[in-house]
Amino acid sequence: MLRFLFIRLWLLIPTFFGVTIAAFGFIRLLPGDPVLLMAGERGTTPERYEQLMQQFGYDRPIWEQYLDFLGGVLSGDLGNSLVTKKPVFTEFLTLFPATLELSVCAILFAAALGIPAGIVAATRRGSWLDQSIMGTALIGYSMPIFWWGLLLIIFFSGMLQWTPVSGRVSLMFFFPPVTGFMLLDSIISGQKGAFTSALSHLILPTIVLGTIPLAVIARQTRSAMLEVLGEDYVRTARAKGLTPLRVVGLHALRNALIPVVTTIGLLVGTLLGGAILTETIFSWPGIGKWMVESISRRDYPSVQGGLLLIAVVVMVVNLVVDLLYGLINPRIRVS
Amino acid sequence: MKHRLLGAVAAAALVIGLAATAQAKTLVYCSEGSPEGFDPAPFTAGTTFDASGQAVYSRLVEFENGTTKTIPGLAESWEVSDDGLEYTFKLRSGVKFHTTEYFTPTRDFNADDVIFSFERQWKKDHAWYQYTPGIAWEYFDGMSMPDLLKEIVKVDDMTVKFVLNRPEAPMVANLAMDFASIVSKEYADQLDAAGQKEMLNQQPVGTGPFQFVAYQKDAVIRYQANPSYFRGKQPIDDLIFAITTDASVRQQKLKAGECHITAYPNPADLDDLRADPNLQMMEQEGLNVGYLAYNAKQAPFDNPKVRKALNMAINKDAILEAVFQGAGQPAKNPIPPTMWSYNDKVMDDPYNPGAAKNMLDEVGVKGLKMKIWAMPVQRPYNPNARRMAELIQADFAAIGVEAEIVSYEWGEYLELSKAEDRDGAVLLGWTGDNGDPDNFLAVLLGCDAVGGANRAQWCNEEFDGLIQKAKVTSDVAERTKLYEEAQVVFKRESPWATIAHSVVFMPMSKKVSGYKMSPLGVHRFDGVDISE
Repeated sequence: MLRFLFIRLWLLIPTFFGVTIAAFGFIRLLPGDPVLLMAGERGTTPERYEQLMQQFGYDRPIWEQYLDFLGGVLSGDLGNSLVTKKPVFTEFLTLFPATLELSVCAILFAAALGIPAGIVAATRRGSWLDQSIMGTALIGYSMPIFWWGLLLIIFFSGMLQWTPVSGRVSLMFFFPPVTGFMLLDSIISGQKGAFTSALSHLILPTIVLGTIPLAVIARQTRSAMLEVLGEDYVRTARAKGLTPLRVVGLHALRNALIPVVTTIGLLVGTLLGGAILTETIFSWPGIGKWMVESISRRDYPSVQGGLLLIAVVVMVVNLVVDLLYGLINPRIRVS
Repeated sequence: MKHRLLGAVAAAALVIGLAATAQAKTLVYCSEGSPEGFDPAPFTAGTTFDASGQAVYSRLVEFENGTTKTIPGLAESWEVSDDGLEYTFKLRSGVKFHTTEYFTPTRDFNADDVIFSFERQWKKDHAWYQYTPGIAWEYFDGMSMPDLLKEIVKVDDMTVKFVLNRPEAPMVANLAMDFASIVSKEYADQLDAAGQKEMLNQQPVGTGPFQFVAYQKDAVIRYQANPSYFRGKQPIDDLIFAITTDASVRQQKLKAGECHITAYPNPADLDDLRADPNLQMMEQEGLNVGYLAYNAKQAPFDNPKVRKALNMAINKDAILEAVFQGAGQPAKNPIPPTMWSYNDKVMDDPYNPGAAKNMLDEVGVKGLKMKIWAMPVQRPYNPNARRMAELIQADFAAIGVEAEIVSYEWGEYLELSKAEDRDGAVLLGWTGDNGDPDNFLAVLLGCDAVGGANRAQWCNEEFDGLIQKAKVTSDVAERTKLYEEAQVVFKRESPWATIAHSVVFMPMSKKVSGYKMSPLGVHRFDGVDISE
């Protein structure tokens, strides 16, 4: 197991350097630069332009800028945002808990509905139930997030007034962030009703962000389940006279879940991608919204630092999933 | 009996509690974005000014709410020397900086604060010139203040004199802009001593109507009314900015009562908002202009008749309907109608494709091919440049001019469009900074700005003479005359096709009263009240 862990960690090193190049290069491949965008219609004189480019260090050769960035990364300094002038790492730490909280809720929501739906579809293969579940999953998977979010807001918040439109907690509650996770902070604050308010604010964004993962998990569970249900040991279990519930719930599900766990791990990347739109719709102050803003303003330090940190999160989650997978299925460790 | 007593006590407590809640009036504004910071001087975005300069700070002179007229602010009066080179400001006494959790002032506002506020942006060796990495004083530099200022003198504790290198009539209006907000030197000294200079941009201290309480990044900004505001405490107690970037979501929040007032609604949603019985809608012409600038240095656009002919081919009404969806009005002058010196007597070029074609024939222009540059971004003065370009393309085709639409990334667009040898006419626009006509006419059409913000690359001696004269004249009536005349020259020479001035809408709850729309496009909440 230790060797497995060591190999996995070793592989992270080239990946990490690859990511630094990608994060650094991506924003610079886009046309335009931060100084021109900052000046806007007002414009700037060539002298002033040169002066600012020099001040930010963007007049130097690109490889020098990269080495500077890399040096900063290795010493834990991602630079300061060109817009807010604050350290990029601080900005990330302020916003990341909001994204993490939403992503965790979305994945729990997706797994809680997706796995049972997949199981039902597999055990009733070919029935109208299977077809409707898979049809719905296909629709969910193809749903444009922005449109879906607005639709839910108009219906549940606007027409029915069941849920708040956007934000993380009602504005009547005011408490300083302790953990950055609103559900926890609302409990710590001790203010009556704050937790319920935070929870109600999570409902729609969770559904919106969780829709695509839900569809993926349902389809993955169904196909994994179908495969396992055809195995000899399941037939044996049935022949032994076990109840269908025990056969499916105990014997088949445990094995079928192995690829589902991997899928959930891989979905973290999708979730962070989906968070960009979901956060914009629901005014959710997370890293997705931050990245969109930073890209549009060509805030180089924020974009390269933010992308790198997001990539690190994805890498760590994938590593954990790999390790879990290794634990569940010892054959993986050997290979 | 005991239960009844308890019940009565509980009821009384509830009533007192409710009364206390009812007394605290909170206004929630759904703002369109996050501020870049809370020091207004290094930034240029209106969103930042709303959250900092307008809410927290005051200036020596200020714009009267709802107008572009300058009125005394932290200066109770000022005098201008006869040669227009010295501005002496008598400061208002007894003005207090905000007392917050992080700062308690020990003295009132005085001349040191004024000098500090400007010198930190001006003098490169000032300890606060680079108080946080990468800071730049864009507006101070953009308004040419470093060239303009010779010195700022503290005459006494309550008198400050600005000495200029040349006369500059818009000087007073410049000082009413957000970059000229007065920060507390005492607070800056405290931060410096604590090694926390960057906090000036994160926890502001001003003398404005509201004092800063807290900011949760990208989510909420909280303020409370300044109890010692020199114009008196505000009718509301708390002000909250709920940052909501998507216009459709802002609309839903307003309808659901999650905010009381919001900005920048989608034009397509205006009817729905108007139909809501709980809402009211305010509207005002924006202090902006959207235009198509020809390149007057390139043939055949160096001929005013060609430019005029093209102007006559453009169907502005169709553009207003398709692009602005009613939220705009046709422009005939380069300055908006809300600005003083707007010359309403100027006649716009009539829409007449037949006459336009004849005019082109007359000057011997046949089979003209040109480019139209379409901006890649939305702006209040042009919500959909691509669509606008397509409509103009069709209009030009009707008079036999073949136009090709081109576009670039926004930063590149702004840069490339400045080139004097640029190929084609550029769609662009401008939103005023200080309500002074000079801020439009000199910035966008002056000879100095050719190769820069003068996208028409148009330098006309007669026009430039008029605006240069107006710039150094302090008499407003005299300036008005000069600018009116300049607008006549502009129309005759037609360096631009003036397309539209946008109309800005502010939907709000019917509970809100006292809100005045600023022609300068900022959102200010002094004087606003809310009923229960």
